[in-house]
Amino acid sequence: MNADTFDFLLNGEYWTWSNYDSFPHRILEHLHYSALALVIAFVIAFPIGLLIGHTDRGSFFAINVGNAGRALPTLGVLMLVLVLVGTGLMPVVVALVILAIPPILTTTYAGIRSVSDVTVDAARGVGMREWQIITGVELPTALPIIFGGVRNAVLQVISTATIAAYVGLGGLGRYLFDGLALTDYPRVVAGSVLVAALAVIIDLLLGLVQRLVVSPGVDGRASKGRRGRRDASAAATAVRTVEEVSPATS
Amino acid sequence: MIEFDDVTKRYPDGTVAVGNLSMTIPTGAITVLVGPSGCGKTTSLRMINRMIDPTSGSIRIDGEDITGQDPALLRRSIGYVIQHAGLFPHRTVVDNVATVPVLEGMSRKQARAAAYTLLERVGLTAGMADRYPVQLSGGQQQRVGVARALAADPPVMLMDEPFSAVDPVVREGLQQEFLRLQGELGKTIVMVTHDIDEAIKLGDHVAVFAEGGRLAQLSAPEELLANPVDDFVAGFVGRDRGYRGLSFAGSADLDVEPVTTEVEGLRLSLDDAGRPLGWAGVGGLLPTEGSYHAGDSLRVVTDLTLLSPAGAAVRVDAEGRADGLVRQSTVAAYVRRRQLGRLGSTES
Amino acid sequence: MNFFEDVREYLRVNHEAVVQSLLDHIWLALLPVGIAFVLSLPIGWAVSRFGWIRHPVLTLSSIIYTIPSLALLLLLPGILHTSILDPLNVVVALSLYSLALLVRTVVDGLESIDDQIVQAATAMGYRPARRWFTVDLPLALPVILSGLRVATVANISMVSVAALIGIGGLGQLFTRGFQLGFYGPPIAIGLVLCVALALLADTIIVLFQRLVTPWTRAGSSR
Repeated sequence: MNADTFDFLLNGEYWTWSNYDSFPHRILEHLHYSALALVIAFVIAFPIGLLIGHTDRGSFFAINVGNAGRALPTLGVLMLVLVLVGTGLMPVVVALVILAIPPILTTTYAGIRSVSDVTVDAARGVGMREWQIITGVELPTALPIIFGGVRNAVLQVISTATIAAYVGLGGLGRYLFDGLALTDYPRVVAGSVLVAALAVIIDLLLGLVQRLVVSPGVDGRASKGRRGRRDASAAATAVRTVEEVSPATS
Repeated sequence: MIEFDDVTKRYPDGTVAVGNLSMTIPTGAITVLVGPSGCGKTTSLRMINRMIDPTSGSIRIDGEDITGQDPALLRRSIGYVIQHAGLFPHRTVVDNVATVPVLEGMSRKQARAAAYTLLERVGLTAGMADRYPVQLSGGQQQRVGVARALAADPPVMLMDEPFSAVDPVVREGLQQEFLRLQGELGKTIVMVTHDIDEAIKLGDHVAVFAEGGRLAQLSAPEELLANPVDDFVAGFVGRDRGYRGLSFAGSADLDVEPVTTEVEGLRLSLDDAGRPLGWAGVGGLLPTEGSYHAGDSLRVVTDLTLLSPAGAAVRVDAEGRADGLVRQSTVAAYVRRRQLGRLGSTES
Repeated sequence: MNFFEDVREYLRVNHEAVVQSLLDHIWLALLPVGIAFVLSLPIGWAVSRFGWIRHPVLTLSSIIYTIPSLALLLLLPGILHTSILDPLNVVVALSLYSLALLVRTVVDGLESIDDQIVQAATAMGYRPARRWFTVDLPLALPVILSGLRVATVANISMVSVAALIGIGGLGQLFTRGFQLGFYGPPIAIGLVLCVALALLADTIIVLFQRLVTPWTRAGSSR
């Protein structure tokens, strides 16, 4: 990062509300697109993942949505929706929703499946109803894995929301594409730094939320010193192992 | 009382897990279901709390058919302990124990207070209450599992291989404590195990299952050892039936001789307080290899007669003073008479 | 009029450009996976061997993963002193992402091995290096190869983004359609080729996996 970039980043004009191209405006736009897409994706993917995980029916569907989703280039999806419905916010949100569904769906499914059969048997045996087993035992136990998927989806969506600017909308992508068009490299770099910083900050915040919400009994904190490092990454390992190894059986 | 009335469980693929099972499990006692794997013992157990529903037949608890009952409510009224405890990893020990009372609508605070008492009851310290299951050893987890099953004070407890996943030393301790606890609580307990020794040790009644879900024999453990109904049960019960059966016989009726009696050229030497020092003979003092108390089983006495250099077991009183001798030949004659009476009585 | 006619017409006129995009796409996506795979094995071995580098390496790899791809593509020229249009930026960026992912899976794969097997091998007299290549590595392969699948498929879809800043690959068909006023045929062709390429690459790795790890499927008939 050179001096020009710093000048651009520290330019007071870009830190006011009155300037429509200011950082706060662009960040809010960026977060607006991202949040909209993530909420929609979550509302679609999370319940389906819970249901498939709990019943273990339709795991083929969950795995294939995960695989196909990863293979779809978001830029192509965006353009396709643009061709089909025209410009506006909708194509961007649709493309980002399609980007976010696979990680949320597959980790929710994988997280619920990772809960030990013995634990679920015990839950049923002490007289929990099916919804109580899902909300009271499976979900809290699966949270570290599900959080991994949601955080992954958030990262990808925030990264990719830059393409909104390519098709004429706002967000932090504006600095990238305007900078490229004007061959204003400091602007491009400043935009890139802002997107990266936004992604990292949001991920850190979600990490804090995860610490607050997830029980120490399932995320490895409680077992520190006893079983050491292996448990600390057990949740993360499980996500990858299940999410990535399971397609091999399909 | 739990009654199985002509219960059959057949799976869609045609396998019969349990076939025409009729049995009565008495109230306030431990009934152990035992048998080789695939004999339907676990299926039978899990039908009692409707984790599995029978294909035909009915099961009644205290005269009430369970078929029509809401499974969740039924299960809350029955304690359930399984092999790897199945503790909820995201809840602390005390919250695990409080599960069923909270399900039944008790306030969390109240349920926790009760849970602390229960933890002590199963031999855990209050300091463990706030730990997570991952921080406990296998034996400790199993104790929490038992506490969780007891939390709602259910009259019936189902235990599926509760002690199989822990090492032999810990298992021994858990079994002893389990018997002590049952002595205080007097629950109706149905337990599944594949270990015939555990069944004989813990069961007031033992139900031996054969492959295909057939009940081969349901009787008291000593009866099972003495009179197996068929070759399958005899084979399953295993070796040393006669010797193991002596555990269930008392030693009170044995003829005891005075401590001064000379046995096989040896005489018991005592200290000033009257405690046995050893067997004195021409070659010097030989060790007694132990002694027994009046309440000990015939098996203990027999074992001592086998170990003793004189072929005689030494009985001591509460203070450890020798108060009698029992010879091998006395024991042998007694056992023969006992067995004669037993076989005669079943044939008549 | 007919969409498929338009696609055929587009291909007739532009087939050379389409093929060139496809070839660019293939090497831009796969070269980084190859580089990352070769580098991930020694790094993964070192992490599993020396506990203290575990935390820094894995933290670094998750930090790399949080950097948006477009941002990284635009930041690299400043660091590497390349031009924005240099494909080297794409190769370096995607290698970093692939490496971040593969190091984790190599570590997971090596740690997934039953320690008793390793001990048995040692007890039979394997020297460390030979044991690692003939026991540890083969047993870790299922996990490592599944990581390779994810990295490959992710790369193939990620390369498209490079078109936004003017670098080749199938993404150019998307920007082309956009510049032609939301013209569907190139976009559809690009999407189909991109997904087909991903599926093909994935299938090849799966077949390779079946070939080299036959024991994972033996006995799984139930």
